Amino acid sequence: MSPRPGFVLDVDRSTPPTLFWHGEGFRLEKLPEGSRVVYPPEPHTAIPDPRHAIRQALHHPLGDALPLPEQLRPGMRLTIAFDDVSLPLPPMRRPDVRQLVIEEVLEMAATAGVDDVVLVAALALHRRMTDDELRHALGERVFDAFAPHGLLLQHDAEDPTGVVHLGVTDTGEDVEINKRAAESDLVVYVNINLVAMDGGHKSVATGLASYRSIRHHHNVATMRASRSFMDQHHSELHSSNWRMGRHIAKSGVKIFQIETTLNTDTFPNQFRFLQRREWEWSLKDRASYAAVSRATAAAPERMTRSIFHSIRSPHAMSSVQAGEVEAVHAATTRNVYAQQLVEVDGQTDILTLGLPYICPYNVDSIMNPILVACLGLGYFFNMYRGKPLVREGGVLIMSHPTPWSFHPVHHPSYVDFFEEVLAETTDPVEIEARFEKSYATDPWYVHLYRTSYAYHGVHPFYMWYWCAHALEHLGSVIVVGGNRSAVRRLGFKPASTMADALEMAEDVVGPSPTLTHLHSPPLAMADVR
Amino acid sequence: MKFPLARPSWPATVPRDPPRRSVGVDYTTDWARRYPARVARVALVDFVARPIVTAVATPEIAGRERIEHLDGPLIFVANHMSHVDTPLLLSSLPPRFRHRAVVAAAADYFFDHTWKGALWAFALGAIPLERTRPSRRSADLAASLIAEGWNLVIFPEGGRSPDGWGQQLRAGAAYLSARTAAPVVPVHLGGTRAILAKGSKRFRPGRTTVTFGAPIVPEEGSDARRLAAHIADRLAELSDGSGPDWWQARRRAAEGATPPLTGPDLVAWRRAWARENGRRAPGRTGQQGVVQRRGPRPAGVGSAAGDTAAPGMREEAREGSPWARRS
Repeated sequence: MSPRPGFVLDVDRSTPPTLFWHGEGFRLEKLPEGSRVVYPPEPHTAIPDPRHAIRQALHHPLGDALPLPEQLRPGMRLTIAFDDVSLPLPPMRRPDVRQLVIEEVLEMAATAGVDDVVLVAALALHRRMTDDELRHALGERVFDAFAPHGLLLQHDAEDPTGVVHLGVTDTGEDVEINKRAAESDLVVYVNINLVAMDGGHKSVATGLASYRSIRHHHNVATMRASRSFMDQHHSELHSSNWRMGRHIAKSGVKIFQIETTLNTDTFPNQFRFLQRREWEWSLKDRASYAAVSRATAAAPERMTRSIFHSIRSPHAMSSVQAGEVEAVHAATTRNVYAQQLVEVDGQTDILTLGLPYICPYNVDSIMNPILVACLGLGYFFNMYRGKPLVREGGVLIMSHPTPWSFHPVHHPSYVDFFEEVLAETTDPVEIEARFEKSYATDPWYVHLYRTSYAYHGVHPFYMWYWCAHALEHLGSVIVVGGNRSAVRRLGFKPASTMADALEMAEDVVGPSPTLTHLHSPPLAMADVR
Repeated sequence: MKFPLARPSWPATVPRDPPRRSVGVDYTTDWARRYPARVARVALVDFVARPIVTAVATPEIAGRERIEHLDGPLIFVANHMSHVDTPLLLSSLPPRFRHRAVVAAAADYFFDHTWKGALWAFALGAIPLERTRPSRRSADLAASLIAEGWNLVIFPEGGRSPDGWGQQLRAGAAYLSARTAAPVVPVHLGGTRAILAKGSKRFRPGRTTVTFGAPIVPEEGSDARRLAAHIADRLAELSDGSGPDWWQARRRAAEGATPPLTGPDLVAWRRAWARENGRRAPGRTGQQGVVQRRGPRPAGVGSAAGDTAAPGMREEAREGSPWARRS
């Protein structure tokens, strides 16, 4: 049976309560009659033989690229770059799709007699991956063949000898990328496209770039001009990356892009209820829900977090395409849209979201308040094409415990950002002007980024910039069930219950407002008409 | 109990596929006829149900010699007054019939939930029977089981009596007999309503009677409708004859004056009144009245000796039945 498309449910008296993520837990909320719920399409069918599909893609590339085997020759310098731990979410079951692709690429490189091969994790300004994470992403065979010989690297955006400046784009943006990649005869980039924002020129132009380069598109002006950054053609974030990507190509760096899409089969059987429409919950689903919610409510926070972060997603590859960056990315985006887009008629006064326990920046970590804001206002708010789901001046209601809690190793600069910067102002423009440079160049943060497992000092700023479009667009943001102090520090309003939140929202948008809930998981993107 | 503990409601705006039924007439009972379930059921019926039935219903069984020599499969057709009827009848069957018997049970009542279907399929060897409308699936299942050698217990009234009088018999048993050529054994069960009547929450142990009639062997080409009428007559005669004066009952049967099971066609209180009068009349268990035989015994329907109609006691019966004076 083919997967059912997404749809918009009009809530009526007979509609059962709607499931909301609430961090490492859930809420069932009875939405008012007349509300709409955007339900994602069901997961697409996986490719039955992914290795065969990968080989086909490498042999029949898109655009003007030659088949990969024809580009490989003895004596060449080959760099294989790959997406880091921020993808996919949650981490997928073994074998990770990166392993499958890289093994096929290496098979071809071995056949062609290529000796000089280096693997690079495209971290951008993210934290380094642990050995376990690398093993999981690449598989034992690849890890054991490369890591012990120093041939498995992690991009270091702060290594003065590890990056190279390739000049500036026509609009004056610095292009500075990983030196090994820039000096290679061929860069093979292995990507996972979970949402439409990923991939394309962004893979190299951001993933292998330095702060000096990234700051040109990770800033408030760019984010506010990206409407949304899930829609490449209306996203300044992408325009900037595309300019850089073309400049990189003009500089002589040859890139062979391999992009994969995953279906939205996100959670294993025990959590199957998360992906099912509530009125279709079977006895097993209801029992799982009851068991999981009771257990998570009763267990200590650390244990709950550890259970959720140990989830390995049954994601399966739904498409793979390789070749010239732009041609590949066009095909990838089509596939992502086919999996995630849901047509929605018109905007709403109030948008409600349930926020999960994970976002790209807290894998095996804590979802601190800044990441909560980024996930809601940066990611979910931007899951639209056309117009935002919520009207200008409307209200966003998010459900998340928003703990005042930070991972000391992963997010050191977040702690200071929260205590020092947000305590003073939440205005992204002011924050950017007054504080960014000092955090970005702070030697301690640089040291932790390079040698520990810390996100770059500037990273919390970027998280806040991701929210900039939503902060400018929305009349108010309310967090249900969050730590009140943390929520207030973010500049949002806390509410104990959804009913309270709706009453507070009416003060902003007026009486009898329209309400839309974006149901997740799995991921859905609203095509707002 | 609310969602998520209770089943969710279905939004009115979402079109709904017809549910894939696994209850009612679509409940699959094959598993209950496999060897492990059968062994467990034999143990349950013989070592649990029979002692309980003996204790609470004290059955007096008559006419079993009429079937003991038969090979089977047989279709046991009985009147239906109480939930006690099925265990009583099963317990009263000779072991070789009892251990290979299925009970036709109302699909909408006994199989409306999976757990209920499983319970009755296991405990009684029940199979779902559609009683509100003709169902090919029910008929095919029952016919195939009879063809495989299973004995069928069926209550052709389609449900327990609401008022103590019998109900019009449906033609399902006759149809199955005509289709499979399996003999029909009419069985009269008496006294079970006093133990547990329909709608009653009171359970009062009492005495019961189980009377096996002579098997009715359908001849080739038998008409199911006429066979059904004949079964109804035999059941009525058994009911009449289950009282203390069997000889008078036989005479009424011979005259075609056997009171019908269905009671008088009167308003409810008068039917109840007539039943109470009948109960007070000596030797009767609830069914009273006089009815003209529908006609001579149909052609193509055989019967054991001793079951032929005898001159009836028409007037005596009328005296104890005020409603009968109308007819």
